[in-house]
Amino acid sequence: MAARAIRGAGALAAAAALAVAASACSAPGGSSGTKGAKDSAVVGIAYEPDSLSPLLGYGKDGNSKIFDGLLTHDADMKLQPALAAALPKVSADGLTYTYELRDGVKFSDGKPFTAKDVVFTYETILDKKTNNASKTELDALKSVEAKGDGEVVFHLKYPYAPFAERTVLPIAPEHVAGKQDVNTGEFTTKPIGTGPYKLVGWSKGEKLTFTANPDYWGGAPKVKDFTMAIIKDDDIRATRLRSGDLDGAILPPNLAKTFAGDKAKKTYEAKSFDYRVVTLPTGNDVTGDTAIRRALDVAVDRKAMVDSILDGAGKAAYGPVPTDSEWFTKGTERTHDLKKAEQILDDAGWKKGDDGIRTKDGVRASFPLWYLSGDKLRQDHALAYASDAKKAGIEVKVQAGTWEVIEPRMPKDAVLAGGGAPADPDFDQFTMLNSKLAGDGFNNMGHYDNPAVDKALDEGRKTDDKAKRKAAYDTVQRELVKNPGYTFLTHIDHLYVVNDDYPDLTTQVEPHDHGLASGPWWNVEDWQPKK
Amino acid sequence: MARMTGRRALFAVPVLLAVTFGVFAVAAASPFDPVKAYAGTAGLTASQENLDQLRANLGVDQPLATRWWQWLTHALSGDLGDSSVLRQPVSEVIGERLGWSVLLAAVAFTVAILLGTALGVLAARRQGGWLDRGITSLAYTLEAAPPFWLGLLAVWFFALKLGALPAGGLTDTGTTVVSASQVLSHLALPAGVLAISQLPWFVLYVRQGVGDALAEDPVRGARARGLRSRTVLLSHALRSGMLPVLTLIGSRVPELITGALLVETVFSWPGIAAATVEAATSVDFPLLAALTVLATVAVLLGNLLADLLYGLADPRVGFDG
Repeated sequence: MAARAIRGAGALAAAAALAVAASACSAPGGSSGTKGAKDSAVVGIAYEPDSLSPLLGYGKDGNSKIFDGLLTHDADMKLQPALAAALPKVSADGLTYTYELRDGVKFSDGKPFTAKDVVFTYETILDKKTNNASKTELDALKSVEAKGDGEVVFHLKYPYAPFAERTVLPIAPEHVAGKQDVNTGEFTTKPIGTGPYKLVGWSKGEKLTFTANPDYWGGAPKVKDFTMAIIKDDDIRATRLRSGDLDGAILPPNLAKTFAGDKAKKTYEAKSFDYRVVTLPTGNDVTGDTAIRRALDVAVDRKAMVDSILDGAGKAAYGPVPTDSEWFTKGTERTHDLKKAEQILDDAGWKKGDDGIRTKDGVRASFPLWYLSGDKLRQDHALAYASDAKKAGIEVKVQAGTWEVIEPRMPKDAVLAGGGAPADPDFDQFTMLNSKLAGDGFNNMGHYDNPAVDKALDEGRKTDDKAKRKAAYDTVQRELVKNPGYTFLTHIDHLYVVNDDYPDLTTQVEPHDHGLASGPWWNVEDWQPKK
Repeated sequence: MARMTGRRALFAVPVLLAVTFGVFAVAAASPFDPVKAYAGTAGLTASQENLDQLRANLGVDQPLATRWWQWLTHALSGDLGDSSVLRQPVSEVIGERLGWSVLLAAVAFTVAILLGTALGVLAARRQGGWLDRGITSLAYTLEAAPPFWLGLLAVWFFALKLGALPAGGLTDTGTTVVSASQVLSHLALPAGVLAISQLPWFVLYVRQGVGDALAEDPVRGARARGLRSRTVLLSHALRSGMLPVLTLIGSRVPELITGALLVETVFSWPGIAAATVEAATSVDFPLLAALTVLATVAVLLGNLLADLLYGLADPRVGFDG
């Protein structure tokens, strides 16, 4: 009797679950609000900017909707002129960059854009009093100089090949931003720029609303009203997308999958440079041993991580450069090979003990691995890593903590870190692998020290010659095989689900940061609504 | 009555001083680093020099007592300082958000009190009857349900299944105008959920209070005099049965604030709650201190209101002093 009742309850629950699932698929979707051509778009994003002032770091990687930089990126992440009339002229010694400015550009308040605004923007960012946490990125810059209204010259401290990539950062109007407190003034929440959209309102924690700038120098956008709803919870974002409240949203793989059967919606997978990596600090007796590092590098099953943790939305990572990038060094892929890992450890004298964990000269092959608490993705990666390592006889003790807890331990303990900047290989690799930057803030967390890599990194940033640069970064990637200071695990795709009211959309290669303008709406100003 | 209010106001001063100092002390002792919080992801690639400069600019390298004293003296002269996490003056942060939170909390509280009293009286009328059992068990169930979960359930049912009410925000996501009708329809779900989460306390207190009162001599006397049971219930029993509820109103204020916090998160309501969470996790001293003062004042006012109402409702109680 009791058993029957329980079975009955089970069937009832199953039926209820089915009903929910079925109704979820048939819930009203993209058709709502489609009257003729759709000239508005509402998208759900997970992150809210702290500030909309470029002087404090907003839009520094380009592609802000409110502002333009001197340069911008196209769909293939190639540099294109924006507020500059053409790509910069670089002097032979690589120390000066000269930009001709585009004529007749106006800020959305009607005032003209001139070289003075460019100088103001860069000088304010470099000012010590400005609370811009990314100013380190402009380290190479010595001074900026305006030549008349239409030309700007940048003088560098040292030749820095990827400098032009840094000039995608948005230009602020001096006549507005220059008249108030740069850190807390009104400009940080009510920005004025030259971009394709004007900010209508920013209801913090709720949404950012934009309206098309009719006088945009690149032509008035077809999508007139653009809204970014800030919804931090993944489930709520998916729910509001399903209810028709949103036209598109970023979603984690498991939730994006639930839209697979919905014909009114399309899923876009944005390739990214966003990697997850385990730091192997040189200050630790175990992780500092090259044999241990090399063994871990082949003991880890990257493909299993991509399949099980990322639901296939990503790929194995062997270095900071993803395998499908032009900067990737073919032949540096490592296959999962437990036997080889054991061989390396045996040869180096790490002997297996009774408990299956190896020891050498009284040192137990065991080290802690920290991940940021609350980050499910990092937790999954850390646990998978520990279980792979265990099979080779290395004990990895996984622990969670906040950055405040983790940071002091970084010289000795391993950390599950993330990063990735697609614009130039220098951006990631110089700060991550240069021995001079070991332990400088969050730079070179593993205290990696390899003279061959240091030399290659310097060559890579000094020369403008693409072939020489490629050779330099090839050296770095090959050195990382011989002496891996980090175990790179995966590169993660970012998933977006968007209503099919718009033509085929594109995505850019995305960085680790989820910027506001990541996703298929990176070029919303160019969208041509379907009739 | 005025004397009591005055004395309470005077008493509030040391309380507020102690609370704000406590906030600074707790925040300073917390493992969170305001500089890391300020820098966000950019801080993960920033150089040490850059981070040190930020620390100096933000003034968080000062000792705890100095920072508190600076904040206090500035606050007394009307300058609440700048929020480091929201990059704008604290007064602006509060000005933009407080109204929406007060609207949400006030509507929810009113609904909870009115509905709670009505249900409580219904339940008390025949204790042990089917209506009483139904209402009481519903109240206990709701008491155990977290507001966050109730919110998700409400979104699923009203926004997704019925499509009757918007799932979040202050206005339709696509619009830019804030109109009364828009706000009302968007207010319905969050205020409803918040009211429901507060409801059980009022139901149970009113039921108990009115039930006890019905058994008291004066009420039984009134019954014996042949007064209609409706009159007895509403003018005799309810009046004395409401007394514990008045105290409850004051003591529910803190719970209302935390409840509103969760509900605002679920419904992307642009109130003060999100700012509170951010201020706390980013160790944003000026914002945190100001919000704590606000919450403390709300609790003190709630208690004062409860005592005043108590005194008015029951002349035997009088005003302390």
